[in-house]
Amino acid sequence: MAKQPLRNSGRGSAERHKVAVGDRGRGYLAHHREVLVSSLQRLLAEPLATLMTLMVMAIALTLPSVMLVGLQDAQGLSEQWRGAGEMTLFLDAGLSEAEGQALSAQLVDNSQIASTLYLSKADALAEFKQYSGLGDTLGLLDHNPLPAVILVEPDAGYRQPQQLQQLATLLEAVDGVAEVVLDLAWVDRLRAIIAFARSLAWVLGGLLGLGMLLVVGNTIRLEIENRRDEIVVVKLVGATDAFVRRPFLYTGFWYGLGAGLLAWCLIQLILLYLGTTLSELIGLYPGSFELSGLGIAGALSMLLFAILLGVAGAWLAVVRHLAAIEPR
Amino acid sequence: MISFDNVSMRYHTGFEALKQVSFRLGAGEMAFLTGHSGAGKSTLLKLIILMERASQGQVWVDEQNLNRMVSRQIPFHRRKIGVVFQNHQLLFDRSVYENVALPLKIGGFDGDDIGRRVRAALDKVGLLSKEKLNPIRLSSGEQQRVGIARAIVNKPKLLLADEPTGNLDPELSADIMGLFHQFNQVGVSVLVASHDLDLISRLPYRRLVLDQGRLLTHG
Ligand SMILES: Nc1ncnc2c1ncn2[C@@H]1O[C@H](COP(=O)(O)OP(=O)(O)OP(=O)(O)O)[C@@H](O)[C@H]1O
Ligand SMILES: [Mg+2]
Repeated sequence: MAKQPLRNSGRGSAERHKVAVGDRGRGYLAHHREVLVSSLQRLLAEPLATLMTLMVMAIALTLPSVMLVGLQDAQGLSEQWRGAGEMTLFLDAGLSEAEGQALSAQLVDNSQIASTLYLSKADALAEFKQYSGLGDTLGLLDHNPLPAVILVEPDAGYRQPQQLQQLATLLEAVDGVAEVVLDLAWVDRLRAIIAFARSLAWVLGGLLGLGMLLVVGNTIRLEIENRRDEIVVVKLVGATDAFVRRPFLYTGFWYGLGAGLLAWCLIQLILLYLGTTLSELIGLYPGSFELSGLGIAGALSMLLFAILLGVAGAWLAVVRHLAAIEPR
Repeated sequence: MISFDNVSMRYHTGFEALKQVSFRLGAGEMAFLTGHSGAGKSTLLKLIILMERASQGQVWVDEQNLNRMVSRQIPFHRRKIGVVFQNHQLLFDRSVYENVALPLKIGGFDGDDIGRRVRAALDKVGLLSKEKLNPIRLSSGEQQRVGIARAIVNKPKLLLADEPTGNLDPELSADIMGLFHQFNQVGVSVLVASHDLDLISRLPYRRLVLDQGRLLTHG
């Protein structure tokens, strides 16, 4: 500088320095890589503490995810049920089997009806026995209390709720029909419940996400406190805020990634367990049901979400607590 | 290189550590800063690297007015200055090598370059053989030399040293002063705070003498 006294005037020298930093892009990237690795090593150096934090985060991710996956599948099922729009016609007790068969055949002629199925009293009892599991108990009855029924499947073009309602009224007036049951009411109720449960899952997810943010934030705050000396020293030898922040942000990244992966494992295990129990239950009803799991897109978005939360939590801690650490 | 213009510095405790200090250190010049313990030597150096700010007066370093420097600019300002701290400020969670490499990593130097510069700096202070050790296992004098290596490793234009020979025997002290002299010879401005009057009096540099926060014009 003795040789070039005019080179360093005012802000010019600061700008010149930035250019110099740009020239050393290789070193900059190398430092990112190094911090990425060293922040992971730090976490692995204390496996128990890290695992505890990860578990808390993973559980917070798992709960709403499992709910959302289950509800997604349940909704699919309710659509299947709803789409069927099947009606059950309970026949007068006085109607003979032959009359019932004839009525069933006659109804198919209606353009709004795709198909019908006549179930005699005996058929109805057999089916009830099978589904209810009350087989032996029912055998104790000395006569069959069930009426004969005709199952009516409406034509594909007549499955809007209103149309089904009209058809039901029409069929109710037919001679020999005691009662028409349109199986929509409970499907609608189920749908409403699913919709509510889904909003609940989102609210829960939001709250637990906030919790995750705080968990990461607090963990990083402790880390910052532990590394106070280091922060002071690097600031003294010219570290920018970005340089000081970097290891903590990468730590947040690892927490997010770790928690996401752990949550994925938990979710798969839970779905595996629930899947077997559920298919037994659902098997009693028409339609096909299978827990679809997260899928690749679901898993990736959950992972991304977890990483985002990890980094955001770290960022919050860093913004709040790093500024307070200045060399004195 | 450095210019103090009527600078006073009052700590938040209310204690006035520097009182109307004015002096100039030319580019490429070397000088000693002396004075009794508590005279304000460290405080003066802190103002130069913006660890503290002047309560009054103007501080200029490398033609930049530090009073006007915003915190975003401070890191880049500090990178131009090598500092040997009175209390070493070493990190005991990493090796001597890593400690000395720190300013280079911060400056974004790449790996090979860092290795070469760090070894050159450690060689200068005679600690090349201890690069892999943790500084906590070094003697106080050796730690001080690690601090010196870190201060010179990125070839700063200004070198500040706060009691750099505080824990060194006379022979080593003379070596270290010789090192500062070498740096000065290649154009680095050097300001050394020391109360090792014995050593200072044998060297031909200008002396700034602080007394109770005031600069005595003739030391
Ligand atoms: N952070 C601080 N807060 C309040 N007062 C301080 C602070 N740092 C230093 N002082 C006071 O300022 C005065 C000058 O301190 P300084 O460290 O600059 O002295 P010094 O000349 O470096 O002394 P030594 O030779 O012992 O290192 C001292 O009286 C000290 O008590
Ligand atoms: Mg001092």
